[in-house]
Amino acid sequence: MPDLFFYLFAAFTTVCAFGVVLNRNTVNAAICLLLCIFGVAALFALLNALLLGVLLVLIYGGAVVALFVFIVMLLDTQGGHNRPFKPMALFASVASFALLVSGAWMLVTRGQLPAHAASAAVASPTGSVLKSYAELLFTTYLLPVQIMGFLLLIAMLGVIVLCKKFEGLEDVK
Amino acid sequence: MTISINAFIFLSALLFAIGFFGVLLRKNTLVIYMCLELMLVASTLAFVAFSSFNGTMDGNVFVFFILTVAAAEVAVGLAIIVALFRRRQTVQVDELNALKN
Repeated sequence: MPDLFFYLFAAFTTVCAFGVVLNRNTVNAAICLLLCIFGVAALFALLNALLLGVLLVLIYGGAVVALFVFIVMLLDTQGGHNRPFKPMALFASVASFALLVSGAWMLVTRGQLPAHAASAAVASPTGSVLKSYAELLFTTYLLPVQIMGFLLLIAMLGVIVLCKKFEGLEDVK
Repeated sequence: MTISINAFIFLSALLFAIGFFGVLLRKNTLVIYMCLELMLVASTLAFVAFSSFNGTMDGNVFVFFILTVAAAEVAVGLAIIVALFRRRQTVQVDELNALKN
């Protein structure tokens, strides 16, 4: 049964990812990104990382995609010209996509990843328990947690400075 | 579950490739940014798959940090896009060619 779910969510996520890239409407692309995030969160749940799936939906669905839709509304880029793709850009992007996918396919068919740990995903349900995250976050990864806090503070200050209008300072603009 | 780690890694690489495809193909800065987010999410999928099949928690903790950095990055990037739009009245990358010549 989990196998069926894996194929279902994998197909759903891939289709939605193509929807992000190929949609002409920016709002539709953002909604496709949201659906894609939901698919990835379901895959996280299949991998026994239910907590990360919930966090992914909260942060990406609740903050990032909402911010994207808000900015699209603010900038109103829908109207105007919808120029076609340049043939060179189309060729380059399709070729690089094909190269990346063929590389990944080589990894799957001829890779040397050990397959004996296939049952480990079932055996370790620690990914869903908050305690196991807290243990690592407050012991081994204490310094990165502090750095992340400062990073968020710096990002917030940077956004405030970027969005502020400097009236008297013409050289800043 | 009989799905091997190879399937998860392939799916993650496929999502990354789709995001890269979009970054190269599209001209709207906002859509390019969405494709960048797609690439970040693909990398987190690989982290979670490795961590789950390895039986350790370190990959999952790394996904925590990636989510934090992604949130900060989106806020700053969208602020830059808004500032750019205020100044140039466009978000199409082929019109933002001030450094070209």
